[in-house]
Amino acid sequence: MTHYLEFEKPLAEIEGKAEELRAMARENNEMDVGKEAAALDRKASELLASLYQSLTPWRKCQVARHPERPHCKDYIEALFTEYTPLAGDRNFADDHAVMGGIARFNGRPVMVIGHEKGNDTKTRIERNFGMARPEGYRKAIRLMDMADRFGLPIISLVDTPGAYPGKGAEERGQSEAIARSTQKCLQVKVPVITVIIGEGGSGGAVAFATANRVLMLEHSIYSVISPEGCASILWKDSDKMREAAEALRLTAQDLTQLGVCDTVVAEPLGGAHRDPDAAIKSVGQTIAKILDGMAKTSPERLRDERREKFLAIGSKGLAA
Amino acid sequence: MNWITNYVRPKIGSLFSRRDVPDNLWTKCDECGTMLFHRELAENLNVCTNCGHHMAISPRERFIALFDGGKFTEVKVPEPIADPLHFRDSKKYTDRLKDARKTSGEREAMLVAEGEIGKTPIVAAAQDFGFMAGSMGMYVGNAIVAAAERAVVLKRPLILFSAAGGARMQEGILSLMQMPRTTVAVEMLKEAGLPYIVVLTHPTTGGVTASYAMLGDVQIAEPNALICFAGPRVIEQTIREKLPEGFQRAEYLLDHGMLDRVTPRGKMREELVQILRMLLRQPAAPAEDLVNKVEVPAESDAK
Ligand SMILES: [Zn+2]
Repeated sequence: MTHYLEFEKPLAEIEGKAEELRAMARENNEMDVGKEAAALDRKASELLASLYQSLTPWRKCQVARHPERPHCKDYIEALFTEYTPLAGDRNFADDHAVMGGIARFNGRPVMVIGHEKGNDTKTRIERNFGMARPEGYRKAIRLMDMADRFGLPIISLVDTPGAYPGKGAEERGQSEAIARSTQKCLQVKVPVITVIIGEGGSGGAVAFATANRVLMLEHSIYSVISPEGCASILWKDSDKMREAAEALRLTAQDLTQLGVCDTVVAEPLGGAHRDPDAAIKSVGQTIAKILDGMAKTSPERLRDERREKFLAIGSKGLAA
Repeated sequence: MNWITNYVRPKIGSLFSRRDVPDNLWTKCDECGTMLFHRELAENLNVCTNCGHHMAISPRERFIALFDGGKFTEVKVPEPIADPLHFRDSKKYTDRLKDARKTSGEREAMLVAEGEIGKTPIVAAAQDFGFMAGSMGMYVGNAIVAAAERAVVLKRPLILFSAAGGARMQEGILSLMQMPRTTVAVEMLKEAGLPYIVVLTHPTTGGVTASYAMLGDVQIAEPNALICFAGPRVIEQTIREKLPEGFQRAEYLLDHGMLDRVTPRGKMREELVQILRMLLRQPAAPAEDLVNKVEVPAESDAK
């Protein structure tokens, strides 16, 4: 069962009709629905193309949060071999909202870290919907530090609504953990590549995304605050999330203009969830190309380049 | 001898001229309700003389009380591109900025200055909650980078007073990018071997807490300051339970190991001088240097 987004309703109707026809034909051999079904398919793919040709920022938010969108775990399973999860922050707990470990990427050992949202009720609760607690950031710090000592490139996959706003998380130093994670990103002398695969939610994202190169999937988003949150604060009306999404410039396309996103990875027509394998594959190819490009950069240069890049961000506004 | 027994309240009686602060004005303490003379309150660094409640103090007033003789030189902050996103909610961002400039008389939400405290040369930066809730945008980021660069050039420590409701939403992702940018500034100080002291004041929240405000060598907070990543209301909505008394306040954070000290504003200067001189391996400051004699009224020699 495909999960349709609100704006995909007309598409759901057409695809539903085509499916119904085919089901009827399966039960009744006499019926020939081939022609009609094909016409509906054509209509559906035309509609899909036109819907996705220019998604509004708010629609992009919905696509970025699509429950069937490939998540961190899917990328790790498909793009890496010998993935060896490393658990725990050595202080308090292991945070299941953050996956991480050593693995091989095209045969080359790397450290992979990312937020995992889960894909059904059980795993979503286990993963806390991808909202990390301090332990998650401290695990990431530990892994980044290890990667630095052993010269392993760091690949981070960002997909989080934000850091978890909970009592324990605050008591155990959520802000300090995020600050130290960002600081660690800026200290390491190995390549750091970030891919925003879905939602890049505020500080909880920055903690993993202070990278030499920031890649974004075509329909992913990256923002200082959720459009809903921004609407309720600035518009004093949480229903104004469309306006807020527009004003925040949170799409991969706008963020490229602002110099925050370095590379946009194209998604299959209708979003990554319509063809996860293809989406994951193009992310893999892009990472490979970027890693190769950084192979000859010295460790010191990798660190300095990262710092210079962030210091320069914003200096040109939308004309970057 | 305990340094507290040596403590003398800073004499800054002449700090605010009568002209600036008319005697007939009163302020009601929002904690205990006591009516306080403006002048009396200003002399006590905006701390209620009845209950000790710490009210907001502007960066300029803070610097006058902090620097020796109230003298400091402003450090120039590179002006960022104005309204980078062409942001507009119910009001244009440029109009909100204009209003904030008019009300506060300041350029933006952070003031950077160099000078001496207890004859110890420092660079200081102070965030202005009175300017769009002290929110961190590109200017604040530039200010912190400028402060760190200046500290490195002069080989001086940096003291940063934080106060912010969070990120400047009207600058969108570029406000978020100040988290890594200001962290680069902290790294500059660290690599130059210079002390970086953070004084967290009420309130310090969101992305500010999750970057430069939590990365000090020494973390000091003013009493009862709210210090958090997520605000108490957001947390109550998320976990659907009432939060304990004092949650996310300075003393609570101290108890949970997130701060080194909670220090009243009146004792802050003396404590900063002593800590800095120890970290810099300089001889102890003589007692008379710990008391600030501010002779110049309200005006600073700002450029
Ligand atoms: Zn009071």
